Amino acid sequence: MIRRIDRRTFLAGSAAAGLTLAAGPFHKASAADPLKIGFVYVGPIGDFGWTHGHDLGRKAVEAKFGDMVKTTYVENVAEGPDAERVIRKLAADGNKLIFTTSFGYMEPTLKVAKTFKNTYFEHATGFKTAPNVSVYSSRFYEGRAVVGHLAGSLSKTGKIGYIASVPIPEVVRGINATAIAARKVNPEAEVKVVWINSWYDPGKEGDAAKALIDQGVDFMTQHTDSPAPLQIAEQRGILGVGQASDMKAFAPTAQVTAIVDEWGPYYIERAQAVLDGTWATANTWHGLKEGFLSLAPYSDAVSETLAAECEAIKAGIIDGSLHPFAGPIKDQKGEVKVAEGSALADGDLLGMDWYVEGVSA
Amino acid sequence: MALKIEARRQISTRMLYLTPFIAVAATVVAGFFVFMILGSDPVESLYVFFLSPFETKYGFSELCVKAAPLIMIAIGLALGYRANIWNIGAEGQLTVGAVCGGAVALAFWDEAGIYILPLMALAGLAGGALYAAIPAFLKTRFNVNEILTSLMLTYVATLFLSVLVFGPLKDPQGYNFPQSRMFTDSATLPIIWEETRLHLGFVVALAIAVAGWVLLSRSIIGFQIRTLGSAPAAARYAGFDRTRLTWFCLMLTGALAGLAGTFEVSGPIGQLVPNISPGYGFTAIIVAFLGRLHPLGIIGSGMLMALSYMGGENAQINLGLPQAVTGVFQGMLLFFLLASDFLVRYRVRVVKPAVEGI
Repeated sequence: MIRRIDRRTFLAGSAAAGLTLAAGPFHKASAADPLKIGFVYVGPIGDFGWTHGHDLGRKAVEAKFGDMVKTTYVENVAEGPDAERVIRKLAADGNKLIFTTSFGYMEPTLKVAKTFKNTYFEHATGFKTAPNVSVYSSRFYEGRAVVGHLAGSLSKTGKIGYIASVPIPEVVRGINATAIAARKVNPEAEVKVVWINSWYDPGKEGDAAKALIDQGVDFMTQHTDSPAPLQIAEQRGILGVGQASDMKAFAPTAQVTAIVDEWGPYYIERAQAVLDGTWATANTWHGLKEGFLSLAPYSDAVSETLAAECEAIKAGIIDGSLHPFAGPIKDQKGEVKVAEGSALADGDLLGMDWYVEGVSA
Repeated sequence: MALKIEARRQISTRMLYLTPFIAVAATVVAGFFVFMILGSDPVESLYVFFLSPFETKYGFSELCVKAAPLIMIAIGLALGYRANIWNIGAEGQLTVGAVCGGAVALAFWDEAGIYILPLMALAGLAGGALYAAIPAFLKTRFNVNEILTSLMLTYVATLFLSVLVFGPLKDPQGYNFPQSRMFTDSATLPIIWEETRLHLGFVVALAIAVAGWVLLSRSIIGFQIRTLGSAPAAARYAGFDRTRLTWFCLMLTGALAGLAGTFEVSGPIGQLVPNISPGYGFTAIIVAFLGRLHPLGIIGSGMLMALSYMGGENAQINLGLPQAVTGVFQGMLLFFLLASDFLVRYRVRVVKPAVEGI
């Protein structure tokens, strides 16, 4: 696998790009230099979950722009002191657009952005922006609303497993959205959460899944990056949902659907903006409507009626008639947090640090 | 002509210090073929992996930044390992030290003064030492294996950190993200080389290495440590207090790991986050052995281990090679080191076959 471009192949490549430019509908980017784009990943590209999803986005950028861009990625970069060095190295190497794809890269991204003022940074799932730092995220909880409905309908014990990673608001929000939707179908449903304090740790993820199944869980969901929980679900003969990428290959029977992240269109849009010279700081939080996430095809375990219900939920979220956090919502103590007739605003969702009724964490 | 392998009567000191270099050389040679199989130009790849970090001032400074905690922790570990006291939980002691140092930084968040950093360092030292005191107590009082207790306490420490950054130490303006405020300038280690992240902690690490060497080779307690490790019966006969040495070695290691943790949060990171260390406490075990449990050797092995991480990053960025290359290189290095230990205990002799008489 050689992605390095030496002078000769580069010249050939840019000549080809020049031809395409003359003929094609491309914009005014100079054919002289490809736009270098860097990606920093928290897991290995072979996690078949979160990082895999981002890498598909990177490949979409390459497929779209061809020789006009050159992408580089660094995988398995720990959130902590190493992140800043990797980001800085990518910037120093001339990458003009850098995607840092985990919440723990927020401060390191901002620090490097201060030094490299002419480089554009895109940080996934954070909240701090700067003149050259945008943040972007996906409304994963919209997918969770569908998943919760499936879980509530398909679980016989009413106990839904949830392998959770790091307790940031995004993860708490996903747990709550699942519980709310599940309890609409089965008011007795319980979401049992195990925190593993890591984004990617197949061993721990699998152990947590085993522990949950031993406690009576018969439907597995997760907010971690590997297919390990689904593989355990497959072995133990229960159902579950894939996370971030379609994980059907790992659990052909167990996976009823998967929440699939679709980063490609956003990455293409941002690369285009840099090529056009129109990049500006943005705070993007898109969902099902804009196509930031989708659901993998339903398996045979999902009846036609149930599939139709799920599609109706999706349609409702997309046209705005259904809000996954519409009241009444009670917290774990049974106090009403969101009154009937209102829904949680984005600001409250972004900082969510409490659990709804039906979550045991 | 035949080769004959014979056990040495005494382990070879020359080989003991030579084998790490043999291991590095063998790794380079094997790496040549690994890169060739991966389809990269082997010479250029080796250059990127082993030499490109030295090309720039920033690259070199980062080597030191990465090596500082490794050296600091490995020195403490090596002293303990010399005495057959197996602290595997430096990662946890680092975490608790970082929490204690970080808590001081946050407590003085609205103040400025040169007293804050020394206070943080003291808190880090104390936190790490006290955390290591738990396995020391269990070992000396109940004879519980310190390998198990120190390792398991690591997981406790990580969860303790999680609870704190998700609760009392959380940034009030941070959208409930589990991380603390950024530390103020008074709580941040001074940078000793402009435009880099190289902080005072590296100098401290070198000083600790020298101090560790003096302690081990020139002090009575160092002599006791060495005797306890190499001849426990002799140590007992000489009346060396095993209990006291166990406490000393574990708490010293803990203190140094705690200081390393404080330096990480007050240096390169600048705040308390759920993941402080990318496994420094565990990597330092490798560093200690690669440095032959010798404080000065550890400086070299710490730099080498840092180089393997940075080389791996550069190989990804400049060559498009997968991150697994880093693991392969670290694995080869250890494999060759362990394999060449054979030379320390055995020697290979060329023997002429005896001419058989007719």
